[in-house]
Amino acid sequence: MNALLLPLIVACPLLAAGVLFLSAGRMPPLPSCVIGAGSVGLSALMAAVLAIGFLRTPPPTGALHATLWSWMQVEGFSARIAFMLDPLSLVMMLIVTGVGFLILLYACGYMHDDPDIARFFGCMTLFVAAMLVLVFSSDLLSLYIGWEGVGICSYLLISFWHADTANVTAARKAFIVTRIGDAAMLCGLLLLATRAGTLDVASVLQTVTARPADLQAAIAAFLLLGGAVAKSAQVPLQTWLPDAMAGPTPVSALIHAATMVTAGVYLIARLHPLFASLPVAMTAVALIGLITLLLAAGSALVQTDIKRILAYSTMSQIGYMFLALGTGAWQAAIFHLVTHAFFKALLFMAAGAIILRVHHRQDIYQMGGLAHAMPGVFAAFLAGSAALAGLPLLTAGFYSKEMILQGAWHADPMLWAGALLGAFATAIYIFRCVFIVFFGPRHTEPHGRTGATMAIPLVCLAVLALTGGWMGMPDAIAPVHLLSHLLSPLFGASMPEGPHWLLWAGSLVPLAGIGVAWMLWQPRTRTRTPPENALARVARAGWDFDTLYDVLIVRPFTTLGQLNQSDICDRLSDATAATARAGGRMLGRMQSGQVRRYAGWIAAGTVVALCLGVRP
Amino acid sequence: MSAASPTHALLLATLLFAVGMLGVLARRNLLLMLMSIEIMLNAAALAFIAAGARWHAAQGQVMFLMILSLAAAEAAVGLAIILRLHSAGRPTLDADTGNRLKG
Repeated sequence: MNALLLPLIVACPLLAAGVLFLSAGRMPPLPSCVIGAGSVGLSALMAAVLAIGFLRTPPPTGALHATLWSWMQVEGFSARIAFMLDPLSLVMMLIVTGVGFLILLYACGYMHDDPDIARFFGCMTLFVAAMLVLVFSSDLLSLYIGWEGVGICSYLLISFWHADTANVTAARKAFIVTRIGDAAMLCGLLLLATRAGTLDVASVLQTVTARPADLQAAIAAFLLLGGAVAKSAQVPLQTWLPDAMAGPTPVSALIHAATMVTAGVYLIARLHPLFASLPVAMTAVALIGLITLLLAAGSALVQTDIKRILAYSTMSQIGYMFLALGTGAWQAAIFHLVTHAFFKALLFMAAGAIILRVHHRQDIYQMGGLAHAMPGVFAAFLAGSAALAGLPLLTAGFYSKEMILQGAWHADPMLWAGALLGAFATAIYIFRCVFIVFFGPRHTEPHGRTGATMAIPLVCLAVLALTGGWMGMPDAIAPVHLLSHLLSPLFGASMPEGPHWLLWAGSLVPLAGIGVAWMLWQPRTRTRTPPENALARVARAGWDFDTLYDVLIVRPFTTLGQLNQSDICDRLSDATAATARAGGRMLGRMQSGQVRRYAGWIAAGTVVALCLGVRP
Repeated sequence: MSAASPTHALLLATLLFAVGMLGVLARRNLLLMLMSIEIMLNAAALAFIAAGARWHAAQGQVMFLMILSLAAAEAAVGLAIILRLHSAGRPTLDADTGNRLKG
């Protein structure tokens, strides 16, 4: 009975997406909301039932399986559409449906006066369905379906307001950049398939770990890493995420903070034996994570757009997850994925509430002094910021980040130092945002109220962002290891904890960061204008990766294209076209409208036909 | 009086046809073009008669009668069109201006 619930959880939002799309935009706002949020809410309910059942009586094999159908079966290869519920997909399922439902509920309030609301909810529910396919799949080929599905939904939703060219450009950029990773990932999957003869996760991992790691496995791992890097906006394929903020704010919260961008983390965690057997791949993952988290934190320090601050912060936090994966702290990565989903969705939704009430302005320097005008939103944003900064004891972000720092310390103290520096910068940039937006003189007078559909998700997520970390505490505080215990059948026992002063360092650094932010951006200081030196400009543009790629890749490619424009193949087709055009012009001249000429042509034609016919 | 051989009749028909076609192609006067078409039709009719006489078949003469009525209908329609054009304010019989009928 439980295994039957798995496909139902996916079918619910999928059906809703079908209904919403088939209404062709004629569905009024209220039914759209009810169908959109309701279907995901139903999924969340079923997911909760399933999770309770799973935790109470764990299946003997450690996972529930539901094979839907056999997709293809040829000599040497078979692929199935099969779902599986193990502790990892259980956690992901609860995040996707639970946080997804809260965000969709919020979207009901946020998008209520948009004329295209049916299309919006259609895309959102389709996204949830695709994301669930991604996390449930026990076959990498059906995982790839979900992977591409969330990609296309991301594209559709970034360009949701498609009347503005900038949004469409951003969507195209996101699609093309992730496309590069997707192509690499497909190659990696094919490589794995040639080895194992199937893409079933268990068989693939068994085949990989049965033999000592060789070059082919390494290439496959790096290709899959390419896919994960592009999807999760890590260096060097991170440039699409800040531009993706062009979409509506609920989209940023759901897709570009809580779920889709963590798909890369999920993929690596799902295939962790493959990566664990390759030290070089692990080092690469850790380094990518560290570089991304530092670069993105640096960019976030000087942004002026509130959503871009959060976008860079997302990149930076996913960098932490990659760092954890690269150091073998799998539980820590998933733990941070969970807490990050809570507090980043909260931050985005609070930012959305602010943006709605200050006349769709996003520049933090135009806000200012909003703490009194919207105390509820302020409290929510503060809770999210504290969790993001990792305020000790009180917030979820502290516990998960602490676990990552411990893992990094065990792998290499240099990684730990880098991650600690990142934590310091995180506290500075998010509290810079808090101090500038909520304190000081008011630059824009807010209007209206934040409705109940938007307030309820904010409250729920604020509670989760503060308390969600209690499911995994370090031994020095309280020996609670709920999440690690849940995930241990999959990932093995978690690492021993380091010396106590690590915990002290991890707690004091965020506090120091908040102190620095207060000194620099408190209401009385005069540094309340964006920094304008050269370094700040480069950092604000995301370290100019766009320019670099433009010079290195885009421009040579377009130049090559222009040079190639009149090669022999093009000449051939051009010549055909020119001949047809010239022939048409000549024949067109015959149509002069003069009867005598027509008669002449008819006579000439008849004579020729007769000559041909009478010829002996 | 010796009967004209079919070959001679066909030769005459060809000659008539050529004369008629030349008239259609060279003349610009609509009336003269109509007359030339009549000549061409008669050439065709003559060819039918000659062929009917050659094979002693009645169909040749049947076809002649049909062409006769056809020519009458054609002349009626053609003349009607010319008159109509004239009454529509085109006081000319020049066929080459026919491509300016638009409007």
